[in-house]
Amino acid sequence: MTTTDPTAPVRAVSSVELDRRAFRRKQSGRSVLAGLASTLVLALLLWFFVVNTPGWAAVQQSFFDPAIVVSSFPKILEGLLLNLRVLLMASVGVAVFATLLAVVRTLRGPVFFPLRALAAAYTDLFRGMPLLIVLYLVGFGIPALGIFPRLGSEVWGTAALVLTYSAYVSEVLRAGMEAVHPSQRLAARSLGLSHAKTLRIVVIPQGVRKVTPALMNDFVSMQKDVGLISVLGAVDAVRAAQIQVSQSYNFTPYVVAGLLFVALSWPMIRLTDWYSARAQRREQIGGTV
Amino acid sequence: MNAARGDDRADATPPVLRIDNLYKSFGDTPVLQGIDLDVHRHRVVVLIGASGSGKSTLLKTVNLLERVDDGQIFLQGEDISDPRVAVDAVRARIGVVFQHFNLFPHLSVLDNVTLASRQVHGIRRKPAEATAMQLLQRIGLESKAGDYPDRLSGGQQQRVAIVRAIATNPELLLLDEITSALDPQLVGEVLDLVTELKQNGSTILMATHEMSFARRVADTVVFLKGGVIVEQGPPEQIFDDPAHPETREFLARTHAT
Repeated sequence: MTTTDPTAPVRAVSSVELDRRAFRRKQSGRSVLAGLASTLVLALLLWFFVVNTPGWAAVQQSFFDPAIVVSSFPKILEGLLLNLRVLLMASVGVAVFATLLAVVRTLRGPVFFPLRALAAAYTDLFRGMPLLIVLYLVGFGIPALGIFPRLGSEVWGTAALVLTYSAYVSEVLRAGMEAVHPSQRLAARSLGLSHAKTLRIVVIPQGVRKVTPALMNDFVSMQKDVGLISVLGAVDAVRAAQIQVSQSYNFTPYVVAGLLFVALSWPMIRLTDWYSARAQRREQIGGTV
Repeated sequence: MNAARGDDRADATPPVLRIDNLYKSFGDTPVLQGIDLDVHRHRVVVLIGASGSGKSTLLKTVNLLERVDDGQIFLQGEDISDPRVAVDAVRARIGVVFQHFNLFPHLSVLDNVTLASRQVHGIRRKPAEATAMQLLQRIGLESKAGDYPDRLSGGQQQRVAIVRAIATNPELLLLDEITSALDPQLVGEVLDLVTELKQNGSTILMATHEMSFARRVADTVVFLKGGVIVEQGPPEQIFDDPAHPETREFLARTHAT
């Protein structure tokens, strides 16, 4: 019999397995070293190339001046706080409006044709129109109508962002909802759930999960596009940097603002990558066993 | 049983597959605990046992889809559990059929069957397709060669999957519960094809819940429980005169005796 006694003491690992483990350890150590070495070589090459360009001294002076970094930093950071506020408001607005648009576009039945057509036309229009132009039209056009009280330009900037990004995000959400298998709707309806409840409880949660990486990507994209509200005159990080540049005749504040935007979006970018990788790993398990 | 294994080892040629003292656990859960098993040329070895007994995991370790914790796997005498072997080259020598067919939905039946021949074995399209058409003819599906898998029934899809696995003349064929996802009336056509493969001399290691089929086709039946081989031997012995009470209990529950 080849049965092993389940009460047997802890099994000693065979020398073959020990050798395999040693080999794998050595191999993974070697690949870490290779990665480090190639990164170092590439970084050094790039550095030497940049430093040896003829204009490097001038560029260094007008883009990377440490004194100006220190002096411009507080104002730009203050501007970035405005960007953050706009980002938060716009995110909430996009989440609500885009979901609404996506649901309207998935409505069935001839009665809803005008609504569906309107939503389709909306997404077509705002996905095609450059954000900058939407910003100008909303930021300067709507106040000129004279029916709204005087509002800050950041409010109109936020509205423009919501209008444009909702068009993109609603399409992503719609793709997610349509990717939910029809049998899920069937199962929900068979339990007696209404169309609205089926959407809310069964379809939307699963659909959102399917497109989360795409949604996070849109969020990262919006994170830097909030900088465009500066064209309406709101003193955000970009505008603050612009003011500093015009005072010092030095471009360093732009670099500072740019790096701050990178720092702002970096956690979200890493989170997106991590989440996508995890989702991919789960998909690759195969599900047969 | 020692006797059965002893007989097998006495065969003149070395086994196509030899599994030696294999261990595998997922976290703290042991899945395989010291598996010894030989599969000889032209033989069919059938793994039986309840769900979670380690049948599928054993098949996966042989195809190097799961890394083992200890023990060795030899394919034609070569230790394929060694991390120094080229994994893809080993897999190219082994054919696998899964429970859920796993045909590529974006490729036609013919392209599914010829994919490995053309992309892995470097055979030109013309001869690869000629071989594939012969195989499809054998299973009566040559008229479906240009169709996409979703136009086929489950039984037809699974037969195409089997043909895809044997198109490259693998040294060993692994079949992992290939009828479990099929409607009962489609099981027969798939099992008939496996019987035909046996008659044509394929070397097969398979896991199944179809006891009557196991009795018919197996040269050796292996009963697994809790990652341990409780008993193995020729089908008459396992099904008609099991030596171990656990085997008797399992067979009684599956109404196989």
